[in-house]
Amino acid sequence: MPAERKPARPEPRVGVRKTYKLYIGGAFPRSESGRSYVVEDAEGGFLANAALASRKDARDAVSAAAKAGPGWSARTAYNRGQILYRIAEMLEGRRDQFTTEVAAGEGVPRKAADVVVSAAIDRWVWYAGWADKITQVLGSSNQVAAPYFDFSVPEPTGTVAVVAPQDSSLLGLVSVVAPAIVSGNTVVVLAAETRPLPAVTLTEVLATSDLPGGVVNLLTGRVAEVAPWLASHMEVKAIDLTGVTDAELATDLERSAADNLKRVVRPTTGADWNVDPGLDRLRAFLETKTVWHPVGI
Amino acid sequence: MPPFEYAPAPESAAVVDIRSHYGLFVDGEFVDATDGQSFKTVNPASEEVLAEVSAAGPADVDRAVRAARRAYDRVWGPMPGRDRAKYLYRIARIIQERARELAVLESIDNGKPIRESRDVDIPLVAAWFFSYAGWADKLPYAGFGADPRPLGVAAQVIPWNFPLLMLSWKIAPALACGNTVVLKPAETTPLTALAFADICRQAELPPGVVNIITGAGETGAALVGHDGVDKVAFTGSTDVGRQIARSVAGTTKKVTLELGGKAANVVFDDAPIDQAVEGIVNGIFFNQGHVCCAGSRLLVQESVYDEVLDRLRTRMGTLRVGDPLDKNTDIGAINSAEQLARIRALSEVGQAEGADIWSPPCELPEHGYWFPPTLFTGVTQAHRIAREEIFGPVLSVLTFRTPAEAVEKANNTPYGLSAGVWTDKGSRILWMAERLRAGVVWANTFNKFDPASPFGGYKESGYGREGGRHGLEAYLAG
Repeated sequence: MPAERKPARPEPRVGVRKTYKLYIGGAFPRSESGRSYVVEDAEGGFLANAALASRKDARDAVSAAAKAGPGWSARTAYNRGQILYRIAEMLEGRRDQFTTEVAAGEGVPRKAADVVVSAAIDRWVWYAGWADKITQVLGSSNQVAAPYFDFSVPEPTGTVAVVAPQDSSLLGLVSVVAPAIVSGNTVVVLAAETRPLPAVTLTEVLATSDLPGGVVNLLTGRVAEVAPWLASHMEVKAIDLTGVTDAELATDLERSAADNLKRVVRPTTGADWNVDPGLDRLRAFLETKTVWHPVGI
Repeated sequence: MPPFEYAPAPESAAVVDIRSHYGLFVDGEFVDATDGQSFKTVNPASEEVLAEVSAAGPADVDRAVRAARRAYDRVWGPMPGRDRAKYLYRIARIIQERARELAVLESIDNGKPIRESRDVDIPLVAAWFFSYAGWADKLPYAGFGADPRPLGVAAQVIPWNFPLLMLSWKIAPALACGNTVVLKPAETTPLTALAFADICRQAELPPGVVNIITGAGETGAALVGHDGVDKVAFTGSTDVGRQIARSVAGTTKKVTLELGGKAANVVFDDAPIDQAVEGIVNGIFFNQGHVCCAGSRLLVQESVYDEVLDRLRTRMGTLRVGDPLDKNTDIGAINSAEQLARIRALSEVGQAEGADIWSPPCELPEHGYWFPPTLFTGVTQAHRIAREEIFGPVLSVLTFRTPAEAVEKANNTPYGLSAGVWTDKGSRILWMAERLRAGVVWANTFNKFDPASPFGGYKESGYGREGGRHGLEAYLAG
């Protein structure tokens, strides 16, 4: 038996790199197109090859979101709140990884990236608390001038397509996804085009947070290529164009959205994601249902 | 049982003074259209021409929008809410004082029975102004932030089915929030909006706060597309709603749309059948079925199908169709020749596709536009009459066996404005109300409206809500 050969000196360890995939229906497929694109750090260095989502991926993601909708919206608000809070817990446990990815992608020092990650975690906690409160705040019992019991409740709109903010790859992303899902909508989100890595890593958090598969589906790729399929998809009931930076494209997308009268959130540039989010984003993906019943004996 | 005979009981038209020609109401004055174009509005019950009305062209639209902007910048925007409230209360009071005149005028121009214009439309119009008047000085408490701001100039386009009521739904909240408006009524029913212009003058509303421009679709498109408007509010067809949504794409204009519907009215076997039949009749024959939330798809549980249909046919036999100004009339005239043609065409499609048509024996007047109350049985979900909005007194009947099937069929439409449920079981009402994808669910009632009650659609029935606190959102920045 030959003696084990020892290297003369310890070699530097070869790291295990991560393959960044899509997140559709609770699974992590590569793009069905087999394509990928290069993601660079803020200095132009190679970070990873991310999946380049196709039209088919977008449609698969919408199907998954639509399928998950009835189950998710039927959960109790208490349960949805618990799950959003669980997301914050899981994110907290992996903050180092997010700090590294945010620092690399956004070109900020680790310390600044750490602040962003903390804010993203806190945002999940903030929205988690809204789950069982939004109905009281936005709903009402209406005094009508006749013997009827008349009340209004907010309800989810359905499947929401979201073009995530381009500049803020984690906090911005969380700030647009959490308000949509906390009230029972399901989403297909297109990550920041040049900074998609924190988003992909976030899906790993989502997948281990009791969030049912399909509630959040994440695509990475080109806004101009994927967003038009989302805007024209009849199963998509609302579209958030926050991260669309090309004004002409945004107008085209809004026009396509008119085909089935999707609710549209128009693009925002230079939003400050650190300020109190308010209720606008929660309200944007809620319908109000009013129920009448006679009162009598 | 012999049918009841009713002696005619006509309301007098003497309270109404219709001028032969009407101009546009811009900046507090009646003015003629710049290029002198005009059109005629007719009485749909007699086809008699009522008046010549100016048609606003792009220059007129521009003039009206500028007047509204000036009034917004100088007077109405800066005015304290408590003063805006007082103007709105004045308007509400004048509407009550002139209620009879407005009801008669509405019935003459629109064709709706006086029973409805007098007892439903006009009281609600006054109520809308009263209700929103009270919001004008309470906006910081409405839940849209501590310092809610108006949007500016609102472009409002309304339909012909409830001319004055839709005007009040649009103008009352807009003014309460501090916006100024340019409103375009439908070309077939402009007269009560022009009477409202006179009410604004009586209330001494500052010039330019409310501008009313008359015209057809082109005028509406020019108004919606004008660069000077900050807000577009539209009630009408889903097709036009889509065009508007496209036309405002890429702008900062805030939009609310109240569009079409194909409401399901679901009758379970434990429903109080007589009440349900009243509700079915009210759901589809109120206002000649010219109601976007009309219960045009009746879903009856199979076990009570025969009973419900028997009683429904009997009840339909007692409906009186005819002179809108007769206080005994249940169903008035179809609003226009064009609408009558559409109802006829879809009704023929229904027969061609194999559904069975039935109407009670009834004599229709010789002149004017009329369509009898009509029932289609043997209808499936694939039939066009079960999918498309007819906007007339035409009811399609389908059946179901289980509550789950009722939900499935009720929701099987791109529309989502309203729905009805009839059952004695409270838990089932709430179960159904949760699952129906519609903005308004009427349980054991139908077609009820109130200024305190949010109204609006899911899906392709549009976006935004009118009525109540929710209705303020459409006119506030945020």
